[in-house]
Amino acid sequence: MSASKKVHVTTTINGEDIDFLCEPRHSLLEVLRDNLGLTGSKEGCNNGNCGACTVLLNGRPVDSCLVLGAEVEGAEIETVEGIACNSNLHPVQECFLEGAALQCGICTPGFMVASKALLEKDPHASEETIRFDLSGNLCRCTGYDKIVRAVQAAGQKMSTEV
Amino acid sequence: MTTTQYRVIGTRPVRHDGADKVTGKAIYTADTKLPGMLAGFVLRSPHAHAKIISIDTSEAEATPGVHAVISNADFPNVEDKIADLGEGSVNLSYLSANCMAQKKVLYRGHAVAAVAATDVHIAEEAARKIKVEYEVLDSVTWVLDAMEENAPLLHEDLVTDSLGEKADKPSNVPVHLHFEKGDAATAFKEADVIVEREFKTATVHQGYIEPHAVVADYNEDGRLRIWTATQGSFTCRQQTAEILQIPLGNVLVTPCEIGGGFGGKITVYLEPTAALLSKKSGRPVRIAMTRADVFEASGPTPGSFMRVKLGAKNDGTLIAGEAWLAYDAGAYPGGMIGPGCMCVFSCYDIDHAIVDGYDVCLNKPKTSAYRAPGATQVAFATEQLVDEIAQKLGMCELEIREKNAVKEGSRRVDGPVYPPIGLVECLDALKQSEHWNTPLEGANQGRGIAAGFWFGCGLKSSAACTVNSDGTINLLEGSTDIGGSRTAIAMQLAEVLGLEANDINPQVGDTDTAGYTDVTGGSRVTFATGMAAYEAGRDLQQQMRTLAADLWDCSTDDITIGEDGVFSGNGKAVGFKALAVELFAAGEHLVGRATVAPECPTNGFGAQIADVEVDPETGKVTVLRYTTIQDAGKAIHPSYVEGQLQGGTVQGIGWALNEEYFYRDDDTMANASFLDYRMPTMLDVPMIDTIIVETGNPEHPYGVRGVGETPIVPPPAALANAIYNATDTRMTELPMSPPKLWKAMQSDQASE
Amino acid sequence: MKEFDYLAPESVSEVVSVISEHGDRAKLLAGGTDIIVQLREGLREADVVVDIKKIDEVTSFKYSEENGLSLGAAVACYHLYEHPELSRLYGALADSTHIIGGWQIQSRASVGGNLCNASPAADSIPSLIALNATAVIAGPNGERTVAVQDFCTGPGRNVLENGELLVSIQIPAQCSNSGSAYERFIPRNEMDIAVVGVGSWVRLSADGTIVEARISLGAVAATPLFAEEASASLAGKQPTEENFTAAGELAKQIATPISDMRGTDEYRAHLVGVLVKRTLTTAAERAQN
Repeated sequence: MSASKKVHVTTTINGEDIDFLCEPRHSLLEVLRDNLGLTGSKEGCNNGNCGACTVLLNGRPVDSCLVLGAEVEGAEIETVEGIACNSNLHPVQECFLEGAALQCGICTPGFMVASKALLEKDPHASEETIRFDLSGNLCRCTGYDKIVRAVQAAGQKMSTEV
Repeated sequence: MTTTQYRVIGTRPVRHDGADKVTGKAIYTADTKLPGMLAGFVLRSPHAHAKIISIDTSEAEATPGVHAVISNADFPNVEDKIADLGEGSVNLSYLSANCMAQKKVLYRGHAVAAVAATDVHIAEEAARKIKVEYEVLDSVTWVLDAMEENAPLLHEDLVTDSLGEKADKPSNVPVHLHFEKGDAATAFKEADVIVEREFKTATVHQGYIEPHAVVADYNEDGRLRIWTATQGSFTCRQQTAEILQIPLGNVLVTPCEIGGGFGGKITVYLEPTAALLSKKSGRPVRIAMTRADVFEASGPTPGSFMRVKLGAKNDGTLIAGEAWLAYDAGAYPGGMIGPGCMCVFSCYDIDHAIVDGYDVCLNKPKTSAYRAPGATQVAFATEQLVDEIAQKLGMCELEIREKNAVKEGSRRVDGPVYPPIGLVECLDALKQSEHWNTPLEGANQGRGIAAGFWFGCGLKSSAACTVNSDGTINLLEGSTDIGGSRTAIAMQLAEVLGLEANDINPQVGDTDTAGYTDVTGGSRVTFATGMAAYEAGRDLQQQMRTLAADLWDCSTDDITIGEDGVFSGNGKAVGFKALAVELFAAGEHLVGRATVAPECPTNGFGAQIADVEVDPETGKVTVLRYTTIQDAGKAIHPSYVEGQLQGGTVQGIGWALNEEYFYRDDDTMANASFLDYRMPTMLDVPMIDTIIVETGNPEHPYGVRGVGETPIVPPPAALANAIYNATDTRMTELPMSPPKLWKAMQSDQASE
Repeated sequence: MKEFDYLAPESVSEVVSVISEHGDRAKLLAGGTDIIVQLREGLREADVVVDIKKIDEVTSFKYSEENGLSLGAAVACYHLYEHPELSRLYGALADSTHIIGGWQIQSRASVGGNLCNASPAADSIPSLIALNATAVIAGPNGERTVAVQDFCTGPGRNVLENGELLVSIQIPAQCSNSGSAYERFIPRNEMDIAVVGVGSWVRLSADGTIVEARISLGAVAATPLFAEEASASLAGKQPTEENFTAAGELAKQIATPISDMRGTDEYRAHLVGVLVKRTLTTAAERAQN
């Protein structure tokens, strides 16, 4: 068997220096889930249409199923596992729970990451902006109503916190 | 019952599994990793209909990294056994063949072989080396075509059962159902106004974001352990054991956290295959479907053809109804035609009705339940006809519904008489709602309403609770939690005992630990498993009463339990926790248990209001405002009830406006991805306002009625009615996508 | 996914030599949002994937009033709409890049990649054509330029020869009384491939008359089209709905749409007229402001 040469990648994930080996054809999503045990990011479609695999790559939300593991050399990655601070939930996490903005929870990690990025950019994002910027995150359970409200509530929390 | 003030019920505690879900810690099936685990890949038919001439797996087996290859030869022969799966019976050979094709493939995506290898890419590459020789046959994917005399035949031995009589020639129609009430033919003659139309609905999929996945470990001691995304671990266990022909008790099913089901994760697809791969390789095997596999190979809803007729008197009384319904069964018999027949006139008190329904096999994946299976289709038909009659009579569409709404004592066309129900109350809430009373006046805008119904079943649930030494409780139940139900169940136990929701640690057990529990589906979990938890609590209380009598030196009869769970007797009044602590210290430890099997349906009625704006240049529909009103009996956790209403509504909106299976000329699906299977994004819908009506279900200690399914029933009809009011164009086909609506509007204008 | 090797060269000449060597078995990787899907689904194949994101020339962009915008081929979409000046100057391109596939896609997908992928329904190409953009190509024989409207040769095919890659896209400088807009019709509000897409650009004289217009159509032919006659018809005309509608009718004539699961040919032809009118209206409004 000629396995294609594995690539050695050094990166930072959730603030921690991590290095891994992967085949060129392995996506970042696969590396996170299978190599590194970070199963919080989910596979929903594997072609960039549902957002369940959203992570932050150098601060920007991306579909990790469309990034090769090999591409993140030297990059900074944030996954859902890095959103809470020690044992304290982040405002988006708190507001989703208080607002019952999840049912089965499979899309929730993607929403956590994307919402955090959105609210850090604009904590006062309007309903319209929220719906537009998060349109790449599909949810089939909630009908989105409570998600939008939770994001708005989290934005308020974040802008009043120091 | 519904005016009672509860302590816990009606509040909105954070769900017990919440922190895990927002931090990514919750373990879903594809997150499960076992030492030595292999990855499986399923090879699927590229053809919609073909005979399998031969399968040569030798090259795949010889591929480095491959540990096992299986195909139909590895599956035991299950002949034509019928298994009772708790909520209906199933022909096992069909169920088995659906997991792995036997002599024929009946739809594109039908599994034909599977490989287990060290990683999924190797498994996929090896699978593609399996040589399958097919003899391609003619195929059919439209229900009426499949009913034709010369249609391609899927099953050589399938004959129609029509009211118990078998036909003499095989066809694609396994069953013809017929229901009659009164004398419809005569009643139509007496009607002052009659409307009749034909309707078509396309195949749509449940669209859960988590693809099917399973981990199987065929242990050396003969026990088969399965971790899976299932709505029912007990039915999964039974189906798997039956297909593999191994003793039921040898199979352990652990339901992982599940990423959506909506009825589509009740039938097994991957479990037997993963089990056989595990057995052959001696290693655990994990298989996850790709998104394309989910669309092509797991059960969507029936597409349908419907001809429905309604007759009314001039005063708006509906007096006659007639329905001819043909529903996809998919590749194997056993579709949703039954509920379709039962629901077509279920909201209205019509004295005379006749319904004929046909289950039709065709070259699509076998259909599965999708939230109120079969009801959305018929509501799309009937609710539009009700509007049309109202219009012909110059009557308000709400008024005609109020006039004819079913109540306690109304008899449905399939026979049952309704106990106390809440449709009238829902229509009343609609009438009082701010939405209904806010005028809609913009150009190209229209408002539509529709009612909906789903049975909501009871079935069997079990619960057990152990009391900790600090008076908190571990609650073990068997209902896989798709939407926060473990908390709603825990709340009912907390209420009866006088505890807080946080005093309960609810856990969803597996088939070894939990008592028998039927599926999470049928809108039954908060109702039936909640009831089981309540009864388990009552069981605990009775035990504690007896033990307290000892402690307090009085008789059991002297001790009463208040509404707040306080035990009073012999001058003492002690709350649950304090008594539990006391008893534990005195050497008494407690386990409470209950099994329930409520037989009555919970009868969830609802009504919805949709405001739309139609772009006349493009036919695109924008949903401006939406309100969903539903009778929950009693909302245990209002946020999660609202969530069910909103989620089902938005699925219905997708079904109404854009979702459909597109078929190529060769009857293969053209849009098996989220790109072109267009489910609503959050930019496509407004806020969904909800109004929870609580009429109180007398069959449940807290009055609960199931709510999960009804919300998906009215939206296509409400939107169709709204579109009509905006454009004067009546849409009789789903989805009402822009090209279709634009074309229909053009045709209407041309013929004016 | 079939296996491949991964390379991340640091210069254009390195890329040229790798892809010259491997020919069609080498695939370039910018944002990855098309090519990774295609490799995964077996629609395209590669022995080696060449990541061009370490090359400064290809990942940077520069604007000057004299030379306009020089946009590296791998520059991600979000730069076009987040940059306050570029989004104002190149309205159509900001429109396009803000609706390609959602925020996550826009963080990665590049305009250059969108162009090279050459889908007839690509969202950025009608805007590039309307803005009269030029493709700058590097290859074994040095550099050459091709007008974007001539870059695509068929569905998924472009003019790049063996060993060539798109290095940057040049878009002319914009004067103050020009404006552009892109609009597509999709059944939902996001995440869909265009059923029809139109990019329009106008330049107005001081008195508000149209001096020049450029209209480009997407998803109604084998490649995105420049509607020459429709564009020329607007010279000297007033920016009225009537004139825009007439231009739309002319544009329809060069469209050869197909019927598929996204729309019928009749519907698409109709939408050409609607979107030409709407984009010209917006472009004119932006030119007036």
